[in-house]
Amino acid sequence: MDFEEIGLVAGLEIHQQLDTACKLFCGCPTRIRPVEEHNGEFYRYLRATVSEMGTIDRAAEEEMKHIRRFRYLAYDSTCLVENDDEPPLPLNGEALEIALQISRSFGMTPIEQVHVMRKLVIDGSNTSGFQRTALVAVGGVLPNGGRVESICLEEEAAQRVEDACFSLDRLGIPLVEITTSPCLYTPEAVQETAAYIGMVLRSTGRVKRGIGTIRQDLNVSIRDGARVEIKGVQELDLLAEVVRREVRRQQELLAIRDELRSRRASVDEEPIEVTGLFRESGSAILKRAKVVLAVRLRGFAGLVGREIQPGRRFGSELSDYAKRCGVGGIFHTDELPAYGVTTEEVQALRAAVAAGEQDAVVIVAADSTKALCAIRQVIRRARLAFECVPEETRRMLEGGSSAYMRPLPGAARMYPETDVLSVTITPERWASVQAPELLVDRAERYVREYALSPATADQLVHSSMLPLFDRAVAAGVPPALAARTVLSTMKELSRDGVAIEAVGEEQVLAVLAGVRDGRAAKEAVPDLLQAIAGGATVEEALASLAPVVDPGDLRALVERVVQERISFVQERKMGALGPLMGVVMAEVRGSVDGKYLSELLRKALREALE
Amino acid sequence: MGLIPGDRVACTVGTTELSGTYITDRDGMHVVKLDSGYNIGVDPRRVILLERGRPAEQPDMDVVQDPSLPELAIISTGGTIASRIDYRTGAVTSQFTAADILRAIPGLAEIARFRTHVLATILSENMTPALWQEMARAVHDVIAEGVAGVIVTHGTDTMSYSAAALAFMLQSPVPVVFVGSQRSADRPSSDNVMNGICAAAAAVSELGEVTVVMHGTPSDDRCAIHRATRVRKLHTSRRDAFRSVESAPIGYVDYPSRTVSLADEAVRRGTRPLSLDDRLEPECGLLQFYPGMDPALIDVFSGYAGLVVAGTGLGHVSTACIERLGALVDAGTTVVMTSQCLYGRVCDRVYDTGRDLLAAGVIEGATMLPEVALVKLMCVLGRTRNRHEVVRLMQADMAGEILGRTPHGL
Ligand SMILES: [Zn+2]
Repeated sequence: MDFEEIGLVAGLEIHQQLDTACKLFCGCPTRIRPVEEHNGEFYRYLRATVSEMGTIDRAAEEEMKHIRRFRYLAYDSTCLVENDDEPPLPLNGEALEIALQISRSFGMTPIEQVHVMRKLVIDGSNTSGFQRTALVAVGGVLPNGGRVESICLEEEAAQRVEDACFSLDRLGIPLVEITTSPCLYTPEAVQETAAYIGMVLRSTGRVKRGIGTIRQDLNVSIRDGARVEIKGVQELDLLAEVVRREVRRQQELLAIRDELRSRRASVDEEPIEVTGLFRESGSAILKRAKVVLAVRLRGFAGLVGREIQPGRRFGSELSDYAKRCGVGGIFHTDELPAYGVTTEEVQALRAAVAAGEQDAVVIVAADSTKALCAIRQVIRRARLAFECVPEETRRMLEGGSSAYMRPLPGAARMYPETDVLSVTITPERWASVQAPELLVDRAERYVREYALSPATADQLVHSSMLPLFDRAVAAGVPPALAARTVLSTMKELSRDGVAIEAVGEEQVLAVLAGVRDGRAAKEAVPDLLQAIAGGATVEEALASLAPVVDPGDLRALVERVVQERISFVQERKMGALGPLMGVVMAEVRGSVDGKYLSELLRKALREALE
Repeated sequence: MGLIPGDRVACTVGTTELSGTYITDRDGMHVVKLDSGYNIGVDPRRVILLERGRPAEQPDMDVVQDPSLPELAIISTGGTIASRIDYRTGAVTSQFTAADILRAIPGLAEIARFRTHVLATILSENMTPALWQEMARAVHDVIAEGVAGVIVTHGTDTMSYSAAALAFMLQSPVPVVFVGSQRSADRPSSDNVMNGICAAAAAVSELGEVTVVMHGTPSDDRCAIHRATRVRKLHTSRRDAFRSVESAPIGYVDYPSRTVSLADEAVRRGTRPLSLDDRLEPECGLLQFYPGMDPALIDVFSGYAGLVVAGTGLGHVSTACIERLGALVDAGTTVVMTSQCLYGRVCDRVYDTGRDLLAAGVIEGATMLPEVALVKLMCVLGRTRNRHEVVRLMQADMAGEILGRTPHGL
């Protein structure tokens, strides 16, 4: 596909958790907890408030359609700030420092006086009903000529445990939000740029790693389409596919629009109640429903069932809107008869709303309030199909398609966080901020300075073990040994079932220092680590495994063992080899190759017997 | 030409041009709300005026009142149940009228009709005894005019003082409910909505006394109804900061069902006739004793009509302080002893210092909370200066402030 031809424009918003000691606005640790460790819970309702501009944000208004009671889980590692029962502490200086480092990496200019804002979020993921966020720097550049528009420092939202239940351990972890301008014109460019930004972020060495610690949001539009924000892409490798699928969705929606216009299609204004038609239905949902409402979509036949993304039809879009009202979904005639609905019922339904062959009918089933809300949403979305691709916030589905979440938020959702003082970034402070060495530059340096292979160097800089490697090399451990230990040895031990995670960084360093100091052979490193994983201290492991024996000493040792047991040797002759081998091995404690040792012993026995 | 809040401006950060709305000045910087919604502080030299702003239109929602519902009065004194962001300082301030409260809490209109009266728009730390008197008169007047109940919106810091003052000055046949919010009304999670709804439910209930209605737990599940003379703010920031001290709340309002349940000891609607005695002697003080306190500090209160001392334990001060308190009493100041323990009864008959205090003419404050004793002393001294009468009144229960029995369990 020629993406330039169709006018693809995309931008990225990357959210990365920072690895700070404390959360952004309280003294709690930035530690994720297993849900079952929660030691408190409480319930809250949230409602949209009128902003400084005197308006209620449209995204928040949409969220209000469905007022829910939220349940929150608290831990012994969370406090009243997460509970929204205490004013926030001042902005975390460590987090700001990291954000400034990243700003420096992208060549940005910091804001002179940083103000913390409240961004209205009433989906329950923030106990306060807003997310605290501050613009820190603007005006950055990317290697491909694109621009980084801004860096914001934000607090992470609470983790949804299920439905309306949230876990507070994640709430308040500092995040940086990196926003690019709409400067990406192909799906591949989006993915490459995201990879580059991720690399810059990790170059600080102060960001969290692992699943969920970095999330990509995408802004995608095509010519005649609309700006659509797709949230929460966690896998970098999927980004290009997400873009391709959104392009297709917008193209399909435009094609549906053109078709609707040429068919002179229309949407009925009012729904019709058809509850009675389904009293004996084979569909349990329809049969049980208090109310079933139908709306006729004139000229929509075939289009509601049209696929617009893998696994998604235009009907899915109608359904997403309806779900905002708390219904499970919709039925439509492009997919009926099915789900227990018979041909006769479909005919009766068509007759009830006077729908012809060229029309589609959508029905929703729920209690009367929800059903009415849902069918109105269907009508609203169906009408939008005549005009344009709606501007929306969507969430990524598995595989790369997306579902509607809410309208794009407007600026009305921001107002000042009056409980936090602004922070002035003085020229002196900014001057003291150093950009970290980029990981790509560091890999080159490792090749140059440590004579590592480019592949090893690349693997190292992207490894979570990088800090350990650096510390080892700084302590005088040969780089090749340090690299092999952190990249291969530890992984292999783990694969062999050794509890390598029980071995602390300090212990690994002590083992490598033992090798550096000649207290152990480098071949003994796996055995040493295994012993430590099994509960030995470093000293115990070194003492039990390690003496490095030089060839002369080894010969003397073997001769001593033979002389000490000379009567046994004379009795058993060469048959003493096996038993004595065990004695010698115990003395050298595994630090010498067995085959070499057995040669030595055989020779010593022969000499003694002669 | 100076900028006016609301002006459209352009500013530069490095080489980036940004546009937005001028909001205010802060520490030498112009605060600009960018089109993205973010506020930033920019050196004024890098901000230029694009266009004069138009005054923001206030959306005016009519408040629809259902004539079939009982009528309540809302007396507004300020406080965070009705707050707004002030761009001059960036702080949350209390400046809404009572009518704005109706707009902020739409559910109120389902419970009652409302008339509103703005008595003051102050932070509760600026409350005064003179305002308590005005408040008592205003509440009395609306009850006399026939409302079914009264809601007083109040900042939480000194709410319990005001509530106690009204309890001593006013006998009411209908509920008088003090309510506020601990978390600012501009946040979606504010407790103002639930507290407001529960206060209104309590105000139309079978209750017949002065109360404080606030969150009963950290959850949005129920409000507690506290007797005005037994309630205290016991946490700086939590929603459920208000607790009845040494007694259970006299009722609860479940949320969102609005079901009111009252304890047996809650005074019922219509039990007491309406009456007002708003006399008050404001020259009274409250002093918390501490180890090593300079006895000369007591002299600060010489010439005062009354002094409440929050003593240690059963109600003690150092031997050195007793003499000065005796001198105060001799000079005509009424001195009442309470305990900083908050829980339990003052008893100055157990230890020598206690007996010396009694000998010096100090009155035991029984189970009164120190600040409640202060408010009561103002009322009592406003009514009489007869020493025996003052002692009798201070030791008699007027409005639930003195417990006949001290309950076991803390
Ligand atoms: Zn915390």
